[in-house]
Amino acid sequence: MPEYILQIKNLTVQANQKVILKDIDLDVEKNSTLILFGPNGSGKSTLIKTIMGISGYEIVKGDIFFEGKSIKSLPIHERARLGIGIMFQHPPKVRGVRLEQIANFLSSQEEKIKSLACQLNLDKMFHRELNFDFSGGEMKRSELFQVILQQPKLLLLDEPESGVDLENISLMGGILDFFLKEQKPASLIITHTGYILDYIQATTGCVMIDGAIHCIGHPQEIFETIRKFGYERCRKCL
Amino acid sequence: MKGLDKKLNEKEIQCLANAGLDVGEKECLVSFLQSDDEILISKTLNPGVEILPIEEALEKYPWSKEFYGKAFQILEEDFFKDTKGGYFIWVKKGIHTYFPIQACLFLKKRKFFQRVHNLIIAEEGAKVYIITGCTASYASQDSTHLGISEFFAKKGAYLNFTMIHSWREDTVVEPKSIAILEEGATFLSNYICLRPVRKVSMYPTAVLLGNNSKARFTSLLLASRGSFQDIGSRVIFRAPQTSAEVVSRGVSTGGEIVARGHLKAESPQVKAHLECRGLFLSPQGVIHAIPELETNYQDVDMSHEAAIGKISKDEIEYLASRGLSREEATGIIVRGFMDTEILSLPQVLKKEIDNLTAQTVKKGL
Repeated sequence: MPEYILQIKNLTVQANQKVILKDIDLDVEKNSTLILFGPNGSGKSTLIKTIMGISGYEIVKGDIFFEGKSIKSLPIHERARLGIGIMFQHPPKVRGVRLEQIANFLSSQEEKIKSLACQLNLDKMFHRELNFDFSGGEMKRSELFQVILQQPKLLLLDEPESGVDLENISLMGGILDFFLKEQKPASLIITHTGYILDYIQATTGCVMIDGAIHCIGHPQEIFETIRKFGYERCRKCL
Repeated sequence: MKGLDKKLNEKEIQCLANAGLDVGEKECLVSFLQSDDEILISKTLNPGVEILPIEEALEKYPWSKEFYGKAFQILEEDFFKDTKGGYFIWVKKGIHTYFPIQACLFLKKRKFFQRVHNLIIAEEGAKVYIITGCTASYASQDSTHLGISEFFAKKGAYLNFTMIHSWREDTVVEPKSIAILEEGATFLSNYICLRPVRKVSMYPTAVLLGNNSKARFTSLLLASRGSFQDIGSRVIFRAPQTSAEVVSRGVSTGGEIVARGHLKAESPQVKAHLECRGLFLSPQGVIHAIPELETNYQDVDMSHEAAIGKISKDEIEYLASRGLSREEATGIIVRGFMDTEILSLPQVLKKEIDNLTAQTVKKGL
């Protein structure tokens, strides 16, 4: 009997009075890596943000269970404290708050903060205000840095490689892979380009189209099919 | 400070600490304390620095009379003459003080009208840090503080002045200050007012008379409900190759802030920037930013930016996703906004002021 860290049951979510996710069922096993593919606007980011509890996404029906307990009425910070960590695709600028302050909040191990910052080339950005004048790569590295320091049991990554050059993808991919292997959290990763698959060992893949989940299977195989035939093939599959 | 406990009780001494005045074990090399119109401390252990009650100084050093009111004459402005007390600080030529000079003006009695005239002279090449704490005791209902300050930074002098106001919700405060800068002089003014006050209005001015002189004004303001803070900073440029920066950060938790700034170039080759940011933490409150740039010369580089807003939901939720509660997220954003890094403080002072700001901001939320 597999142990699940996250179970999504019959979840229907709407935003701005429009249904985005329809009757979703999805389970994430402990220490597994689930890749979520899907065309733009299919609802992938909505799913991740709903799990985190970001406002604007209303659960109309269904429930989300984290380690067996419903979290749908918990505020964001309590979900984070239970062990859910998110890497945002478009993090907001936070005026006046420096990366250093967040790092010190997330971890009391100074050495660890320093070495991770060095590995991610962030040591010179410590005094910068969060996401102000960060390049695409810097933003992603800072997101990854924060979420790793948070040591979540479930990692939600929303397009970790978008807007990042290949050099940075390889840097981030290596560190992410090490973290997944060492700390063994479960992860749910949205990817468009599939580049991240070259660095980590994904367990499962699934495709989301029009707010519903299809085609759960081997991630590399799914990605190859999408690469060759586009999401049109997935649609025909439905 | 020895003997002080005979003049002030414990609660009053705590008031002084709130305004950043260290009256504990640590001896300060140069310090001054005036309670209402009584001067309790005026001492210097540094032969390079003279500190005296102003009346005494004018007698002891007849030359100082020349400076008394001079800053106002330069601007052709009138000033209030019926003052009692105030300090005279004279930093001699080439003297550098590492430890800040402490001065404190204390309101002790009810309905007292404290009116002081301060005179600060930094001679050629001197470098000095001054911290002034102005505060009111628990028993000083409905008092008024009027403070006139004249600063003279002579050739190449560096004058760093930090003023911390910590009044009562029924105190009325009107400081009036002018700094005169000679060639190559630097004047840095830090103003911090985080406690409730009925009304504080001021428009300190720096006049850059000499080439290559520089001024910088920084203000950190927190206006709680019932407080009115009308805080401006003005720089008048009367020589080329001069520069200035005015930075103001104001948080309203229900009170009113008027953040003024005026850069007036009466000379070409001036570089100046004015920045004003306001943050609302309450649906009540008023923040009014009035930045002004003025000149007849084309060859100047002057700019300003002003922004007012509240903390966005996205920012709070972003920090919440890292595990910070709404209160913690708000707190860290406000502390960041009121960042003492923007002040030009010496390290030894920075920590104390950091603590002071953190504590007050926490209480204010």
